[in-house]
Amino acid sequence: MLFFVIRRVLVSIPLLLLASIVAFILVVNTGDPIEDLRTKPNVPKATIALREHQLGLDKPVVERYVTWLGKAVHGDFGKTIKNKPVWAEVSRSMGVTLRLVLFASIVSILVGVLIGVISAVKQYSWFDHGATTGAFLLYSLPVLAVGSFLKYVLAIRFNRWIGRGDNPLIKTIGESTPNFCTKSKPYNCGFIPSVTDFLSHAFLPMLTLVLISFAGYARFSRAAMLETLNADYVRTARAKGLSERRVIVKHAFRNALTTIATIVSLDFGALIGGAILTETIFEWHGMGRVLVESINKIDPNLLLCWFFVTAVAVIVFNLVADFAYAFLDPRIRLD
Amino acid sequence: MQLPPDDDESSPPSGAAASLVPAEREFTVEQRSQWKTTVHRFTRHRPAMVSSVVFVLLMLFAFVGPSFWKYRFDQVLKKPAGANADWIRPSWEHPFGISKGYDVFAQVMRGTQYSIRIALVVTVVSVGLGVFVGAIAGYFRGFTDAVLMRFTDLMLVIPYLAAVAALQRNVKGSTWLWLALFLAFFGWMGIARVIRGEFLSLREKEFVEAARSVGASAPRIIFRHILPNTLGPIIVNATLAVGGAVLAEAALSFLGLGVKPPDTSLGKIIEVGKSKATTYPNEFWWPVLMLCLISLTINFIGDGLRDAFDPKQNRVRA
Amino acid sequence: MSGSEPLLKVTDLSVEFPTDDGVVKAVRGVSFEVGRHEILGIVGESGCGKSVTAMAIMGLLPSTARVTGSIKFRGEELVGLKPREMRAYRGNKIAMVFQDPMTALNPVYKVGSQLAEAVRVHQTVSRKQARARAIELLEMVQIPQAATRVDSYPHEFSGGMRQRAMIAMAIANSPDVLIADEPTTALDVTVQAQILEMLMGLQDQLDHAIVLITHDLGVVAGMVDRMQVMYAGQVVESGTADDVFYSPRMPYSIGLLGSLPAHAGTLERLKPITGAPPSLINLPAGCPFSPRCPIADSVCESTEAQLVAVNEGHLSRCHHVKELNEMPEPLRLFEGVVK
Repeated sequence: MLFFVIRRVLVSIPLLLLASIVAFILVVNTGDPIEDLRTKPNVPKATIALREHQLGLDKPVVERYVTWLGKAVHGDFGKTIKNKPVWAEVSRSMGVTLRLVLFASIVSILVGVLIGVISAVKQYSWFDHGATTGAFLLYSLPVLAVGSFLKYVLAIRFNRWIGRGDNPLIKTIGESTPNFCTKSKPYNCGFIPSVTDFLSHAFLPMLTLVLISFAGYARFSRAAMLETLNADYVRTARAKGLSERRVIVKHAFRNALTTIATIVSLDFGALIGGAILTETIFEWHGMGRVLVESINKIDPNLLLCWFFVTAVAVIVFNLVADFAYAFLDPRIRLD
Repeated sequence: MQLPPDDDESSPPSGAAASLVPAEREFTVEQRSQWKTTVHRFTRHRPAMVSSVVFVLLMLFAFVGPSFWKYRFDQVLKKPAGANADWIRPSWEHPFGISKGYDVFAQVMRGTQYSIRIALVVTVVSVGLGVFVGAIAGYFRGFTDAVLMRFTDLMLVIPYLAAVAALQRNVKGSTWLWLALFLAFFGWMGIARVIRGEFLSLREKEFVEAARSVGASAPRIIFRHILPNTLGPIIVNATLAVGGAVLAEAALSFLGLGVKPPDTSLGKIIEVGKSKATTYPNEFWWPVLMLCLISLTINFIGDGLRDAFDPKQNRVRA
Repeated sequence: MSGSEPLLKVTDLSVEFPTDDGVVKAVRGVSFEVGRHEILGIVGESGCGKSVTAMAIMGLLPSTARVTGSIKFRGEELVGLKPREMRAYRGNKIAMVFQDPMTALNPVYKVGSQLAEAVRVHQTVSRKQARARAIELLEMVQIPQAATRVDSYPHEFSGGMRQRAMIAMAIANSPDVLIADEPTTALDVTVQAQILEMLMGLQDQLDHAIVLITHDLGVVAGMVDRMQVMYAGQVVESGTADDVFYSPRMPYSIGLLGSLPAHAGTLERLKPITGAPPSLINLPAGCPFSPRCPIADSVCESTEAQLVAVNEGHLSRCHHVKELNEMPEPLRLFEGVVK
């Protein structure tokens, strides 16, 4: 098992390196960061040349990549075009996004798997029909429709209805209240107020992400569970005289879990896409905002770091799922 | 598999008792072709059938509608004298209402057209790429497979929307076709994996062995023998890819990173309308509704197709 | 309790499954008895209802199945028992060995813990005792180095070893009846013989009755005391092994024997039965075998035959029993030489 872990980790290093090359190619082709400067009238050539030199644009692409990589492995991701450290900006927004994505993932996996398993055990019951149809509809709906509906139709009305239109209970904008904890408001800096503030902001985006992703888990878990429920070893377990609960939990579900573990990681990439949209709808200052701004303003270092950090996140999640899979399935473990 | 009743081949038993056996008494099941049964199963899937009809109507709405509709998408409407404040609301004259002087119905029609057009290009190109990569990897296995699959893994590490957005930033002039091509280029991996899996199992089947033993070339085996047998998964995945592409395009345009004027799409209309989602909801909610409709119908059709091609309902699917 | 009372008495058992295409009549009015230390063979093609019968006895049919008739174990009625009540019999008094050992063991648990689980369901023993019992069981089914193999996963066992482990699991609670559903079908021929021999050996040792279900007459030959042939959900012939093997009185049994290479040795070549078994949804009127039967006549096509006694304890479901009795060589029925 340890050997398996080490080997998988080693294999992902070249993958990350290749991903950084692809990211670099993408960033080089995003556009010219000093296009504005060049097209502006009356800008001295020396100014343009100086700016080119500052951004390293005067050097060949390969050299630029090697320089970037050399610094990146030491944790230096350079400066944004506004001359701020990239890493500070990205790590802050990654924190915002990860909080959202992790919470939402955990909730949607738990809810999705639970619903999927119950649907499978009670196949063709009213619960199964309702859950399957509901999951199918939610699975098919666009994130931006679900998010917008929750924000504009439900939350804003709900806040008005409970008479808190001005100081909404369910926040629809941003990830935290601006200037929430300052010297003038020390009572807001405690643990409970900050958690409350986070939850009131995170509720809608999390609900959006959970609604769109639990359905996929539910569908998948139901299918995986139906397969194991019909497996020969489950029949064997019943033939031993085990209780139905034990048959379902210890035999059918334990085996379905190995299949479910694979999908959880594969979906992480999709979840990032969903998170970008959700953040935009609810105007969070997370990775989605960084992406949109770095592309709109053509900020090479920022965009590069964005790609790098998300690639690391995807790879880490894939590894975790691999390990979970190997841990759950003895047939893989020994390889 | 149904064993064909073959009275003629076995030597008929002689004698009176034997001659009493009437050949027609065999319990024959009508032999139906695979396509016929597939179509039959699909037509029994009611949501898929309803969705197919709705989708055809949507296509007519998007592609034929604009030539018959009385307002053009870029026609600025002037508020007639004496019209009241309700003028912009949905009416028979303007079913989706009016936003900033434009007829929203005409706008949504054109947006739907662009969205579907983009999605179809994405689907054709990405399914083509995916089938190609999957077929080669699955058929040749070994080193080729390893290289192609590592490449697929690599493409999956880069978030797809972000990659497309980065490239799309640099496109000048007509943007929709480029957007479609970028989406296809970063969106073929799922189908490649499916097709590779199909090829890996089909290449071991006896009929492929037989073709190989009579000296059929690799391209011939791939295209004539194996590929036709993967048509089911290809059709199902292509259908679902249309829905995925519509949503991906809408997401990018919603972020302001997709199509740019003069092109449009549902996502673009939603982006323009989002700042006034509460005050002038027409321009926002109608295209959102249209987007939901497209996505739902395509998913239902895909579900129906999957059931039709693969009646084993329990199969695990992602 | 024992004595005249049979261990297992099945009376007029019928099983139906409602499906979208109609009601599948999988088992129709099957009756049989199994006495102490007896081996009963149930023979037939796939889909004839033999496995469904076994699953009905175990109470393992899906909840959609409609079971009528009676299954009595030592005089206690099993049909209609609540799942909780049925569990007391399953794996305890009546145990079962399944066809495919490759899939019948749970891949994620060690063989030993799966055995121990079977022990602990029905006996209050400590984990340690259950483990010791698991090792003992593996030794009984002749798995070498049982003390170490107890910690192996199923995928580390060969097919034959897995089937041994399955048998070990079945005998874990010393059942009175062991149902073996095609226990050797998925195995190599050499392994098949070992497994069958071991089943016989265990039976001598543990004194349980065996219901051996198979499509392979070669398997039941020389092993069973009594056998019954099933076709389209019905018992079509039953009797001692000798009755059925040497004087079959139902054309289907004759056809099965003719399909058996070893038995067909006296004949020129194998004589297969043509056609396929009928759909259990749309059963033909009359005898279900009549479309494939060389001696069927208009009576066979219109009315179903009853089980009639040929001899003491030898029953056949055929309108033409008398003719078969008088035939010089009934085994040549399918060769077309019968007059």
